[in-house]
Amino acid sequence: MFLPHTDADREAMLRTIGVKKIKDLFEGLPGEHLFPELDLPPGVAEMEALAELQHIADANETTGELISFLGAGAYNHYSPAVVDSILRRGEFYTAYTPYQPEISQGTLQAIFEYQSMIVALTGMDVSNASHYDGATAVAEAVNMAYHNFRGKRTKVILSPGLHPHYRETVHTYTVDSNILLEGEETPLDSGPEALIPLIDDNTALVAVQYPDFFGRIHRFRELIEAAHQAGALVAVHVNPLALGLLEPPGDFGADIVTGEGQSLGIPLSFGGPYLGIFATRQQYVRKMAGRIVGETQDARCQRGFVLTLSTREQHIRREKATSNICTNQGLMALAAAIYMSLLGKNGLRQVAELNFHKAHYAAAQIATLDGFELVYDEPFFNEFTVRCPRPVAEINEELLSYDILGGYDLGQTRAGLENHMLIAVTEMVSREQIDIFVDALAEVAHD
Amino acid sequence: MTDLSTSLKIEPTVFELSSPGRQGHSFPELDVPHAEIPKSLLRDDLPLPELAEVDVARHFTRLSQLNHGVDTGFYPLGSCTMKYNPKINEATSRLPGFANIHPLQPIETVQGAIGLMFELQEWLKEISGFAGITLQPAAGAHGELTGVLIMRAYHRARGDDRRVKMLIPDSAHGTNPASSAMSGLEIVEIPSDTRGNIDLAALRAECDETLAGIMITNPNTLGLFDENLRQVCDCVHEAGGLVYGDGANFNAIMGISRPADCGVDVLHFNLHKTFSTPHGGGGPGSGPVGVTDELAAFLPGPIAAIVEEGDDEEPPLYGLVTPEKSIGRIKAFHGHFGVMTRAYTYIMMLGGEGLRAASEHAVLNANYLQARLRDTYKIPYDRICMHEFVAEGHWEDAPDIHALDISKRLMDFGFHPPTNYFPLIVPEALMIEPTETESKETLDAFADALIQIAEEARTQPDLLQTAPHRTPVGRLDEVKAARELVLCCWLPEK
Repeated sequence: MFLPHTDADREAMLRTIGVKKIKDLFEGLPGEHLFPELDLPPGVAEMEALAELQHIADANETTGELISFLGAGAYNHYSPAVVDSILRRGEFYTAYTPYQPEISQGTLQAIFEYQSMIVALTGMDVSNASHYDGATAVAEAVNMAYHNFRGKRTKVILSPGLHPHYRETVHTYTVDSNILLEGEETPLDSGPEALIPLIDDNTALVAVQYPDFFGRIHRFRELIEAAHQAGALVAVHVNPLALGLLEPPGDFGADIVTGEGQSLGIPLSFGGPYLGIFATRQQYVRKMAGRIVGETQDARCQRGFVLTLSTREQHIRREKATSNICTNQGLMALAAAIYMSLLGKNGLRQVAELNFHKAHYAAAQIATLDGFELVYDEPFFNEFTVRCPRPVAEINEELLSYDILGGYDLGQTRAGLENHMLIAVTEMVSREQIDIFVDALAEVAHD
Repeated sequence: MTDLSTSLKIEPTVFELSSPGRQGHSFPELDVPHAEIPKSLLRDDLPLPELAEVDVARHFTRLSQLNHGVDTGFYPLGSCTMKYNPKINEATSRLPGFANIHPLQPIETVQGAIGLMFELQEWLKEISGFAGITLQPAAGAHGELTGVLIMRAYHRARGDDRRVKMLIPDSAHGTNPASSAMSGLEIVEIPSDTRGNIDLAALRAECDETLAGIMITNPNTLGLFDENLRQVCDCVHEAGGLVYGDGANFNAIMGISRPADCGVDVLHFNLHKTFSTPHGGGGPGSGPVGVTDELAAFLPGPIAAIVEEGDDEEPPLYGLVTPEKSIGRIKAFHGHFGVMTRAYTYIMMLGGEGLRAASEHAVLNANYLQARLRDTYKIPYDRICMHEFVAEGHWEDAPDIHALDISKRLMDFGFHPPTNYFPLIVPEALMIEPTETESKETLDAFADALIQIAEEARTQPDLLQTAPHRTPVGRLDEVKAARELVLCCWLPEK
């Protein structure tokens, strides 16, 4: 399948090579187990494959069929039709990393524009071409901060408000290093100031999330000032859609901004592929990992774009590279670039406002229900934490019979959060659907 | 041939196309009451561009036309396996039942998705011979890091913390030493012998009680199946080390040789190379990792598993589990599911026989090209190759011509150049991987172009040194880019 060879082609090619049959090409291979019979289902035609995949897909219940209030790091947003129609262009998706810039200007310019729009959104100086996802972007921030101090500062403070998957990923990445991770057990109620006493002259990085995993919008000025006084760096992890409204971290002193870019037009797709945003200050550009596109000129004195600062990277520096990262998340960065270009300054604010107002309407309605209570007083964007009268898993199971996908069960993540539900409300739900959800919560509040 | 240099104009950036007041997408009116937004939280300005939908559609369409992709032409980029990406993969991965499901939904509502992951794990086990698979790694290099972390965790679990040395052949990809270094290991480079195999004497000298393992790519980056593979694995195992296999070149061995049968302990796959998922202009990839039974408990979670057996009436219940000694998560959620659906579609369509035929024809195509070019280009390790081979892009009687000039000139013929200057052990390397999906006519046209370029190198060297001539832009000044560092549509304020 997908082979263009005719029998005549094969014969002519084998003759040119000077062997009789294809198997002869493998004569020199060592080993006793050559040409194993693979126990796989026999191949099928395209229409059979499509039917089978359709059948598998039908076994899933989608956010199109259910009214979804599930977020926790992945959000159900609308992706305008233009985004996917461009992503389907073979010139984009069948190309690879733009090593040969003369025939890759499309990819290169699109990434350059992506970098520029991320700079605009975050208020930072430079962005790379992206990482795999939000979690790995945070892990690369830890890596960068550690190397910024040449390994002489070994403490990294992780806010308990960072997504648990991101914190777990940082643990996995750093297990074989001498990096000490602190801060995750500080009380949830005490805000970012609780991290200040942990900062000392051994601290390389303080990493926080904005809005945090529980939906809260904290002010970080005091924390950042304390970190900077101790000479440490601060990384702020963002939901880029929230930055349609909120003050960008570049304005309040962040040294690194990471983000999960899924909310910029990328489908949920059961968890990936998503987009790792990474931006920093000009002074750290050579410490930043990942591909970076820069502007230059060609031999005809025209503007053009190339991958630049590659002397930081593994294919040149090998074990001395800033990271092992090779590819970026090219097509996902393209999706985000198209999304941001389409919405522009007014559209991004508009969708952010829709999220904000709908979430606040839902929160206000839920707060009136017996047994349900908003847990935190801090401002929030499109997600908030609610204490429920019953275990969340039980509530969610009953909500499914109303065709509602309930919020995230926070009891899975931390002791003391039993019966706590994290509820996300995006532009995808209408007031009527929120009302249905609130009524259903009232119905299922008690056994 | 279309002369792109005159048919296309340099495209302005989205910021240059912006006009205040335009908006390319609108949302429904707000249907709930306004909530008060604390002013102190708000940003002052959002300096994003403003374009109409038609501007955006045209801009990105025009940008796409400045790209060379597998869909526009031959792309023999060595070790990247730029095979044709079947269109059906794009259709299946976008089915609403796959695209519109949340990774944290109750498992009962995503049985199709988890079942698909489970089956893909089983298929990859069968193809490679391994006992356990994780689908979580996001790309090849990410799979390498995962594999190295598993090796370290294995040694640590045995209380063996002296093992800090990783051996890496001199023909390896740069990601191998970088991944090992990220895991805190010391790197020792092992030379290749005159036949392009790992030098056994040099290997033996390093096999001691500090050995964590070796990272090998087989076939290696010269496109050669290592004739010493069994001895290499035995030698490392006898010293208590583990063998990591870089699966970048798996496209040569599907249904032909299984890494686990050869003594490899850990291996990453590249679904975006071997299993036809598109490269996306540099990602998303997917780098599942396979391990032996002994290492399966260390795999990152979550992994798709049967959590309740089925019977004649009921299908099994699939769930997501984390192995008992897991190294932990290496990214959020479950991996690049959208890439898995594409690879699943591909393996389903080909079946075992089809996968073997793909590898056989990949090897046929590479050997055919090698045979056609052998008289014109020096092949430093000249034997039957696997799915790719390395030629030298340099001649003594054309001293001013380099691999780069040949590569740039190839663009004028409508071809993407081979990987150049890699592997590092071949001077002026041109690493050529045609893949199985290319026809004899395409290979002939490519060989003819390379032969003509070799002629031009002697008669009109200037034509090569100033190439490319027929691309949207001419040769780009990479030194200027690195020196002046313009990384954004405007310069940051000092």
